[in-house]
Amino acid sequence: MRRRSAPWLRRFRPGRWVVAAVPLLWLGLFFGLPFFIVVRISLSETVIGLPPYSALLEWIEGGMLSIRLNFANFALLWQDSLYLDAFINSVRVAATATLLCLLLGYPMALGIARARQSLRIPLLLLVILPFWTSFLIRVYAWIGILKGNGLANNVLLWIGWIEQPLPLLHTDFAVHLGIVYGYLPFMVLPLYATLSRMDSSLLEAAADLGCRPSRAFWRVTVPQSRPGILAGSLLVFVPAVGEFVIPDLLGGPDTLMIGKVLWSEFFNNRDWPVAAAVAVALLVLLVAPVLLFERLRERAQPR
Amino acid sequence: MNGKRPSLVFSLLAFGYAFLYAPIVSLIVYSFNESRLVTVWAGFSTKWYVSLLHNDQLLGAAWVSLRIAVMNATLAVVLGALAATALVRFGRFRGRPALALMVGAPLVMPDVILGLASLLLFVAMEQLIGWPAGRGMTTITIAHVTFSLAYVAVIVQSRLVRQDPSLEEAAMDLGARPWKVFFVITLPLIAPALAAGWLLAFTLSLDDLVIASFVSGPGASTLPMVVYSSVRLGISPEINALATVLVVLVTSGIAIAGWLLHRREARRQLAE
Repeated sequence: MRRRSAPWLRRFRPGRWVVAAVPLLWLGLFFGLPFFIVVRISLSETVIGLPPYSALLEWIEGGMLSIRLNFANFALLWQDSLYLDAFINSVRVAATATLLCLLLGYPMALGIARARQSLRIPLLLLVILPFWTSFLIRVYAWIGILKGNGLANNVLLWIGWIEQPLPLLHTDFAVHLGIVYGYLPFMVLPLYATLSRMDSSLLEAAADLGCRPSRAFWRVTVPQSRPGILAGSLLVFVPAVGEFVIPDLLGGPDTLMIGKVLWSEFFNNRDWPVAAAVAVALLVLLVAPVLLFERLRERAQPR
Repeated sequence: MNGKRPSLVFSLLAFGYAFLYAPIVSLIVYSFNESRLVTVWAGFSTKWYVSLLHNDQLLGAAWVSLRIAVMNATLAVVLGALAATALVRFGRFRGRPALALMVGAPLVMPDVILGLASLLLFVAMEQLIGWPAGRGMTTITIAHVTFSLAYVAVIVQSRLVRQDPSLEEAAMDLGARPWKVFFVITLPLIAPALAAGWLLAFTLSLDDLVIASFVSGPGASTLPMVVYSSVRLGISPEINALATVLVVLVTSGIAIAGWLLHRREARRQLAE
């Protein structure tokens, strides 16, 4: 179906203009413009005062405009191994957690897509429901489960699998678990969307031609669901790289993640320019995945 | 993952649901625990709910959060519906790529970046034009609208795409004016999507810790900010009680919304 503009909009030119301009202005002012300000402040110096950064543009005598760019913050990111390690570790943790999310989410989405028609919506709602309850509180729930004398250790001791409580909380394991738990619905939903749209006659044809089900799964189902895999992975990976709450509450003091570093630069060290430089570096890292995600979304829409 | 044995798929599905719900169930169970030690069961008690009722700090923060969430959801639905209409029904126009990007990006952008960027904008605006003076509920609401309108737009977009414009065309051909077509035809058709978007924007705002922490000021602590600072000090059964109240409220809210939508849909099918 070709995209047609609605007739009331076609005839009502001024209205059409307003409809597009209002959200465009809002997002431009409160979402687009701030990124330029972040870049600008990442290039200024830290000063004591409020706001705690130096002005970038200065009128010097004779009406000349001088621009002072200060790349020291970016040099710091490059030289101090703390930042580079945090970036590498964030990408590694996010990538591993995304993979685990896919391994758990794919069978779930497949199970829902192949369930009886009347069961699909309730099953889907059950996946979405935890997403509606507070993220912070769901992360908090894991503290009670994972801590030294928590539920998980008590159960494991009771079964007799372990003799001593395991250190589960404040580990990288807990961070991975938290990300998989928090972002699982974001993986299942796009996977379900592609899997439920899949033409089941393809699988029947494969079976008729003598293809074993496991082979049909890898050769037919998985390739067909590629847009869902990609969209789900990006929806988990990109926010997970910058995640703050999970590494802060479930990770240990040595869990270096960039969201946590940015937070502590800003709130503990009160170093706004360095925090802005960390944000710019994170944006540069994420710009390719974000654009890829945007292209997927555009293509997924029927025209 | 083997297509031949669907039982494997279904047992993994069951495992997935257990994984999703076990922490929530344990949270609720321990909210009724007598002992302050969350992990040691010492008998049934509702005392944490009583002490929750007397925790003025938490209740005050909940009131702040609630007001922000309502303002945010209402503004986000209006702006998100406008953005979705422009993206779905206008074909190609000059601002479209920018609009599509700015609607899509907040869905995946890490919170810390959104929070820092919004704060730096508010500080710069205050220096330049003196507004917003200081930070508090207004700045939190603006920052929340900016990212939750993206979620609303996605929901409304998927509804508009599925909807045939011929109904609107017919009304136009019969001489209805554009605003009348919108309010009589388009709005009722996208109303379920608007309701879902409002609820989602409401919970997103109620849930946000990171962005609110950046753009908040003295005197405007939201519920997640207070919960976070008490969680940092260790677990407390009071938070479990609060979590249980929230889970019950959200679940019943969604159940009622789902039931209303279902009834509406059933009536429409009956009418056809």
